[in-house]
Amino acid sequence: MFDSLSDRFDAIFTRLRGRGRLSDEDVDEVLREIRVALLEADVNLTVVREFTRRVKEQCVGEDLSQSLSPAQQVIKIVHQELVGILGGETLRITYASHPPTVVLLAGLQGSGKTTAAAKLARWFRQQGRHPLLVGADLQRPAAVEQLRVLGQQASVSVFSEPTDPVAVAAAGIAEARRVGRDVVIVDTAGRLSIDAELMDEVRRISEAVKPDYTFLVIDAMTGQDAVATAEAFHSTLALDAVILSKLDGDARGGAALSVKEVVGKPIAFASIGEKLGDFDVFHPDRMASRILGMGDVLTLIEKAEQAYDADAAADAATKLMEGRLTFDDFLEQMQALKKMGPLQNIIGMLPGVPKELKNVEIEDREIARIEAIIRGMTPAEREDPSLINASRRTRIASGSGVSSSDVSNLLKQFKEMQKMMKGFGGKAMMRKAKGTKKKKGGRVTAPR
Amino acid sequence: MGVLLVLIVLAVLLLVGSVGMIAVGRRRARRAPYLEPPVTRPPEAPRPVVVAPEAPVAVEPEPVVVAPEPQPEPVVVAPKPRFRDRLGKARSQFAGYVGNVLSRTSIDDATWDDLEEALILADVGIGTTTAILDDLRARVKSEGITTPQELIAALKADLTAALGDADRSLHLDAGVTNVWLFVGVNGVGKTTTIGKLGRRFNEAGTPVVMAAADTFRAAAAEQLELWSKRVGADLVRGNEGGDPGAVVFDAVQRAAAKNVTLVLADTAGRLHTKVNLMEELKKVRRVAEREPGKVTEVLLVIDATTGQNGLVQAKQFGEAVGVSGVVLTKLDGTAKGGIVLAIEKELGVPIKLVGLGETADDLVDFDPHEFVDALFDA
Repeated sequence: MFDSLSDRFDAIFTRLRGRGRLSDEDVDEVLREIRVALLEADVNLTVVREFTRRVKEQCVGEDLSQSLSPAQQVIKIVHQELVGILGGETLRITYASHPPTVVLLAGLQGSGKTTAAAKLARWFRQQGRHPLLVGADLQRPAAVEQLRVLGQQASVSVFSEPTDPVAVAAAGIAEARRVGRDVVIVDTAGRLSIDAELMDEVRRISEAVKPDYTFLVIDAMTGQDAVATAEAFHSTLALDAVILSKLDGDARGGAALSVKEVVGKPIAFASIGEKLGDFDVFHPDRMASRILGMGDVLTLIEKAEQAYDADAAADAATKLMEGRLTFDDFLEQMQALKKMGPLQNIIGMLPGVPKELKNVEIEDREIARIEAIIRGMTPAEREDPSLINASRRTRIASGSGVSSSDVSNLLKQFKEMQKMMKGFGGKAMMRKAKGTKKKKGGRVTAPR
Repeated sequence: MGVLLVLIVLAVLLLVGSVGMIAVGRRRARRAPYLEPPVTRPPEAPRPVVVAPEAPVAVEPEPVVVAPEPQPEPVVVAPKPRFRDRLGKARSQFAGYVGNVLSRTSIDDATWDDLEEALILADVGIGTTTAILDDLRARVKSEGITTPQELIAALKADLTAALGDADRSLHLDAGVTNVWLFVGVNGVGKTTTIGKLGRRFNEAGTPVVMAAADTFRAAAAEQLELWSKRVGADLVRGNEGGDPGAVVFDAVQRAAAKNVTLVLADTAGRLHTKVNLMEELKKVRRVAEREPGKVTEVLLVIDATTGQNGLVQAKQFGEAVGVSGVVLTKLDGTAKGGIVLAIEKELGVPIKLVGLGETADDLVDFDPHEFVDALFDA
C-alpha cells in the first residue's frame, strides 16, 4: 500500500540525474520524502525529527561517488543510520549464577505476551535450558489455560495457582527451585501504562521475583503510542529489552526503531509467525530494510535455502540464463518455490520489484493449472516443446482439464520468458561475477 | 496475461533464490534440504460440540422477538457512559499541542507544524493529516480565519465532518438468524468485545448465541465460555483445531432452533497477509450465510494502539469478507486511535463501537462529536 522509499526517491532523482552533487534544496526535498516514509512506517515523530537532522548532516556537501547514483547514496546513508539505531549492542543472555534465571514479560493487552512466553520457553529449551512457565495473568479469562496448552506444545511445564499475581509469581520461583528448573518465564496480565493500580501490581511482581531480565512485548503494528508505552513501562520496571511480536504481517515496524532510540533498550527477539518455532533473535539490518520498504532479501535467501536443493537451483539458473530451461527443470523449481509459502509473500520480500508486479494477485490455483499442463506432457515433449503439434496439444489439454488454447498459450509464454531471461541473464551473470547483486535493470537492492 | 506474469515471477524468484544461494551456499557446508511444512492450520477436524445449557431445547414457547418491519433497524441504544472521562485520562499530548496553538496570538508556520504533529502523534497518518490540513488552509483563506480560536474550531468541525453522519447502527434483519462476524488481527480484543456486547444484549433482554469459532488460539473457546457464563448467553464451541465454519453453522442452527435472532461469532485472529487464513475466513462467512443465517454485520476490531498498518488491515479484511463497521478497542490508554479517521475517510468504513475499559459496560456506541471533543479538550 505504501510506496517504498526507493520508489519515492526514484521520482526525485530522475529530475536530478546527471548531477554529481546535491544542492541544499535537493537534500531538503529528499529529507521530506524520508520523513513521510518513516512516519508511514510508524516511526515516532520525535525520532523522525532527530533522524532526519542526522541524515541531513551527512548528506549536505557529501561527494557522490561515481559508482552510486545520488539516490543510492542517500538510501545507503539512511540505511546505515537505521541500522546504527536498531543495532548496537545485541542482547546476550547471561544466566544467573544461582539458578533460576528469571525472565519477566510485561506489556499492553493483546500484545502477545502469553504466546511470546511459550515461544521464549521453547527457545530456551533449544539452548539446552530447562525452563518453567509461570502464569501470573489471572485477569484475562482463560489466560492460564492458554499458557498451559502452549506449554504443552513446547514441552515446558506450566505453574500457576488461582491466588493473586504477586503470590503466583513468587511461588513460581520457589517451584522452579524445588523441581530444579534453571529458567523461569513469568507471564503477566496485559495492562495499560496509565493504569496506576495495575502498574503498581507489576512492580510488586517484579520486586517479588527479582527478574534477571525484564522484557516488554510490543506489537509490530503499534503506532506512535509505542514510545509512550515503552517509557512508562521502563520507568516502572527498568526494562532490559523488547520482544517484537507479530512481525510476520506487513507492518513496517517503525515502533521498534522508536523504542530503541527513545528508551535505549535493544530488541532482543522477534516473533515471525503463529507456530512456536517462529521466533528468533532479532536482526537489526533486516528491520532497517523493512522500514525503508526495500524488501527483505536475507530472509528470502534463508527461506530459499530451506526449500531448494542448492546444486539443482544453480543448475536451473544457469540453464535459464542460457535459454535452455526445460519444462522439467521448471516444474522442479516450481515445486521448491511452493515450499517457500504463498507467492505473494515472497514477491513482497523482493527489493525493487515494480509496483505493477507487486500488486498482481497471483492465485495459487493458476500455478496448479500450469503444473497440470506440464504434467500432461510426455518427457520428450517437456524436453523439446517443439514436438507438440495439434493432436498432442489436444491430448495434453484433455489430460490436464484445460482448453487446448490454454496449452498453446503456456507454450508461447514459456518461450517468451526464455527469451527475456536470456538477455537479462547475461547481465545478471556479469554482476554476479563482480560480487554485486542487482536485478530488474539496475534497481537498488539493500545496501550491505 | 496471467500466465505470463506467473512465469516471470517464477523465473525472477528462481534467479534470486539461486544467486543468493550460490553466494551463501558456498560459505556454508551444504545441508540437506529441510522442508518446513507450509503455514496452514489443520483443516477439518471433529465436528463441533454444542455446549448445552440445562434448559430443554425448543420446547417451551420462547418469547419470539417480534420484528414489526422487515427493515434493518438499529438495536439497543447503549447507555452513554464516560466517553470523554475515559479518553480524558490520556489526552494530554494532543491537548498540549492545541494549547500551544491557542496560546499564540496569530496563525503562523509554527501553528501549522503543531497541528500536524498533534495529528501524526494521534496516529492519523501523514497522508490523511496532510489532506485535513490542506483543507483547513483553504478554509482559512476563503473564510478569513485569523485567530487560533477560530482555527481550532474550524479543525474540530472539519474532523467531525470527516467522520460525517455515516450509518453507525448495528443491523439486525427480521426473519433471519443474524450473524455478526468479528474479525481482525491477533490480540485486538475480538473475544472480549463479544463478551461485552453479549452483556449489553442480555441486559436489553435480547438473547444471543455466541459462536466460539476461534478454534486456533489455545484456550480461546474457554475465554469466550467464561464470558458466556458471565453474561448468561448460549455458547457453541468446537474442538481446538476444528473447523470454524462448522462452529458458526452449528451456532446458527442452534439459534434458529431456540428462536434467537442473533449469533455473535468470534473468529481467530489472523494477519491479513496470510492468504490461507483469509481464505478460511471467507469460508466462514459463506457458511454463515446459509439459511436461515444471514451475515448482517462484519465488524473489524482494531486496537487503538495500531499505527498505519490499520489502514491496510481494513482494506484487506474488507476485500476478503466485506467489513461493515469498525470496533475501536483499548481507547482508554494513551493511544488515540487516530487511524480510524484514515480508515473512515479513505475507505468509508464507519466506526461503530468503542471499547473504553475492562468492564462489560465499557463498550459504547461511537459518537464523532464526543470523539473529536475528547481529543481536543484540555
